Parts: sequence; C-alpha cells; structure tokens
Amino acid sequence: MTEAYLKPLPEPSIDSKPHWDGLREHRLLLQTCSDCGKTRHYPRPVCDACLSMEADWKEASGRGTVYSWTETHHPFHVGFRGETPYILVTVDLAEGVRMQSRLIDGDMSDLRIGLPVEVVYVDATETVTLPMFRIAR
Amino acid sequence: MADSLNGKAAVTGIGETAYTRGTDKSALALMLEASLKAIADAGLSPKDIDGVIPYSLGPVAEDIMTNLGLEDVRFSAQTPMGGASAVAALQCAAAMISAGVAKHVLLALGRRGYSDSRVATRLAAMPQFRLITEFENPIGAIAPAQLYAPMARRHMEMYGTTTEQFAEIAIVMRRHALLNDNAIMQKPLTLADHHASRMISDPFRLFDCSLESDGATAIVVSAADRAKDTRKPVTILGAAEGHPDSPSTITMRPDMTTLGLAKAAPRAFEMAGVKHKDIDVAQIYDCFTYTVICEIEDLGFCKKGEGGAYIEGGRLDLDGDLPTNTHGGLLSQAHIAGMNHVYELVRQLRGEGGRAQVKDAEIGLVTGYGDLGDGSIAIMQRTA
Repeated sequence: MTEAYLKPLPEPSIDSKPHWDGLREHRLLLQTCSDCGKTRHYPRPVCDACLSMEADWKEASGRGTVYSWTETHHPFHVGFRGETPYILVTVDLAEGVRMQSRLIDGDMSDLRIGLPVEVVYVDATETVTLPMFRIAR
Repeated sequence: MADSLNGKAAVTGIGETAYTRGTDKSALALMLEASLKAIADAGLSPKDIDGVIPYSLGPVAEDIMTNLGLEDVRFSAQTPMGGASAVAALQCAAAMISAGVAKHVLLALGRRGYSDSRVATRLAAMPQFRLITEFENPIGAIAPAQLYAPMARRHMEMYGTTTEQFAEIAIVMRRHALLNDNAIMQKPLTLADHHASRMISDPFRLFDCSLESDGATAIVVSAADRAKDTRKPVTILGAAEGHPDSPSTITMRPDMTTLGLAKAAPRAFEMAGVKHKDIDVAQIYDCFTYTVICEIEDLGFCKKGEGGAYIEGGRLDLDGDLPTNTHGGLLSQAHIAGMNHVYELVRQLRGEGGRAQVKDAEIGLVTGYGDLGDGSIAIMQRTA
C-alpha cells in the first residue's frame, strides 16, 4: 500500500531538529533568543542581533501575510510531476520572520501583498510534516 | 584605500571554446582549451602562469597545473559565489597581483551545463544552498527560476514592472546574439514569441530564463608592469564584491529587491574614479531577464523601482545610452556563468567586437550575480 515518496525530504541538523520535531506534533516552533528575545528563522545557532547562542523554542501563531509568490508550471523534480502548476508563497509570519511555503488552496487571482494566510500541517511521510498555508478564514 | 586596485592589473588574454548544447568533450578538456587560447592571446606561455582561479564547481586548480605543466604556481583560490564568481575572481586576481604574490593569473571556467547535471539538480549539492535544501526543496522550491521568481513578482507589485519590460531584455539580448557567430541562439525573438513561450515559474517564461549550455571561457590577468608588453591589455580600474543581508536564502533577506551588487557598485565606481556617464558598454549578468533590471538599479543607473522604465526605448542597444550584453548574454549567447561577460567586455574595449562593436568604447563594466544575491563588478578601460 505504501507508495514511494519521491519528493526531497529534509535532513534535520542539530540546530534545526526541534523545529522538525514540533511540526510532527503540528506545532510551528520558532527560535527565540533567550537574551534579547528576537525571533529567528530558518533555525541557526546565533542571534544576529545580540550574538547570543542561547535560544528557546516557542510556538508561533501560524498566522502571517503574503510577501511574494510564484506559480510553478515546470516540474523541476520528479517528485512534483503531476502536481504542477502549484503556488509557492513567501510568508511574513506574525512573529516577524519569513518563510517559503506552499499555498494549498486559492489561486493566482487571489494573491496580493499582505494577504492574510494561516498554517496548515501536511503530513508528508510518517516522520516528516511540512508547514503549508491557506488563505486565512 | 579606495584606489587600492586601480591600475594595478590588466586583462591580457582571453580565450573561449565554441558554445554549444551538446558536446563530447569533458568540462576539463573544454576548460584547458579555453585556457590555452587565453594564454596564447596574451602572448605568454603556460610556464608564465603563477596563479590560478578555477570556477568553484568542476575541475580544480590541480587539474590545470598537471595538464599545463605549471611549475611554479604561487597561489590558487576559488570564489564560490555562483554567477558572481567570475567577476569576483577578477578582484581576487588583482588583489593578489597588487600584493606582489603573482604576476600572471589564469581564471578558467568550463562546464557541461547542458550535457551533464542540469541547473535544477545541481544546487542541492552546493553547501551555500544548505538552508534552501533543508527548508525549501521539500515544499517544491527547487530551481533558481522558482527561487528568483518571487523577487521579480515583488518588484512588479511594488513598482509596476511589467512582463513587457522583461521581454524587452530578452529581445535586445537576442538581437545582439544574432551579431555573434559564437552565440547559441540565432533566430530573431519578438514580443509575441516571448509571450507565447511556456510558463516556467510565474512571472518567468522560457525566454526569461538563461540557457543551459556547454563550453568554457578563460581569462589571463597580469600585473600592470608585465601587461604593457602584451598585445592589447585592458586595465582594471575598479573591482568589488558585495553580499546581501542574510545571504543564506532569498526568503530571509529583508528587502528581496536589493542585491549584493548595491554594496559593491559604489566601491567599484569610487575605486575606478569614473561616473556612470563614463560607462560606454556594460555586460550585466542575466541569468533571468528581471535580474538585469534589478542590477541596473543596484548599479545606480536609476533609482530602485525605475529599472523597468529605464531599459525601454532602446537604451540597451548598441547605439543606446547603455549598450548591454553585446555578445547576447546568458539569455542568448551561452551560460558560461558570466566568464563570457568578462571575455566580451575585453573584446569590446579592444575594439574587436566585430559586428557588435560599440563605437569608441573606452570604459566599460561587467557584473556577476550569484547564488542568492551575491554581487560582483569590475570596471575596465582600454589602453590608449
């Protein structure tokens, strides 16, 4: 019954593992600097504001707005054949950081800068959950 | 010291192979063929080469030394900035020459971008793409066309830049390619052709994307005191590289429409002691049509957001204010990661541009744009 999963899968690093573990539990965890409180993403070891190496993982609201987007028509990877076209959205999260993701409902005519979106957890495999977005309801 | 590299080095030799889609030669063989041509063009022999900077992907410095029998190489380096590498290597070569470490530095780039690994699958192997590989590939953002398209979209939404303006870039590059016997694309391109080409990743259509091609280009940079005895040296007046804020991914960058070139360009112009109006010809890294518009802004030829209007009205034509990519660029000549742009600037400033020669070209610039926004620039002048 198991179909081969052909898309690229993340290889979590020591620095990013808590983020991926959180996604499995359908929680979007972001690093927050333990010293100055600045949130950062994608995960990395040092706060670029105060250079502290201490960070806490805090659950994000999952809400954000659209910064930019593209609709991909050419499948650049075998895993995405049959899925095109699909929309990639660059999302400014309410916590002040940005991430690249997918818009899983809505189409190009809906998109504008500042459009409110909310996270949706998509279980890609038994061990990997990907954060995607839909237009906020 | 702002003038530290001005006049310290010159490009003395250039070499290129045929640019093709499909080859039975290895990347190393191509690279060595171009290298031998560049060394001969400078009137040197391989034993004169005492510094080597190979492109950061593919054959390495040891390959060059072994094959060409180089006996006394005093430094080797790489400038791993993707498409900004070639021009960044000019800065590196000029700096090492200025420091007295080397006299004749060979820059060489050979690739089988069509015949071997295609661009889309190459990125995941590059360490500078680590965060993109982990966080963006899994959701379907794989290739540069997809990663750069949001930059173009943001520019369109913020400043009203249009796909007609993107098409104009593609059309001008194609027109120049038709004047170049070593350009891959040899059919005229119209606005209708551009708009009819298939969508790759919106707003980029096929003809907004650069070519995947096979070939090699090599450059010899020599110390100024050695250059004067060569056939037709072109002096490096200024060279600089610059990196955008948060260069690890485009997504993390505070302003997606500003590149590292915005930091490098003022340094290069100041070092060169020239103004924008002094630039007679420009070779601007054109991995995508939009990139040219963004770079023209970051170079300071117009304000941020005005690049789309700036390129209209034939401004980039051979007789325009800023003749650009006179060889056809990555869009229509070949994608040799911008080493072909360096070659073309030297050809123009030597007055050897053939049918694409810009009249009285004396001073010109060449840019590189790499990976995730790294920028590089060199400003050069013909020898009196």
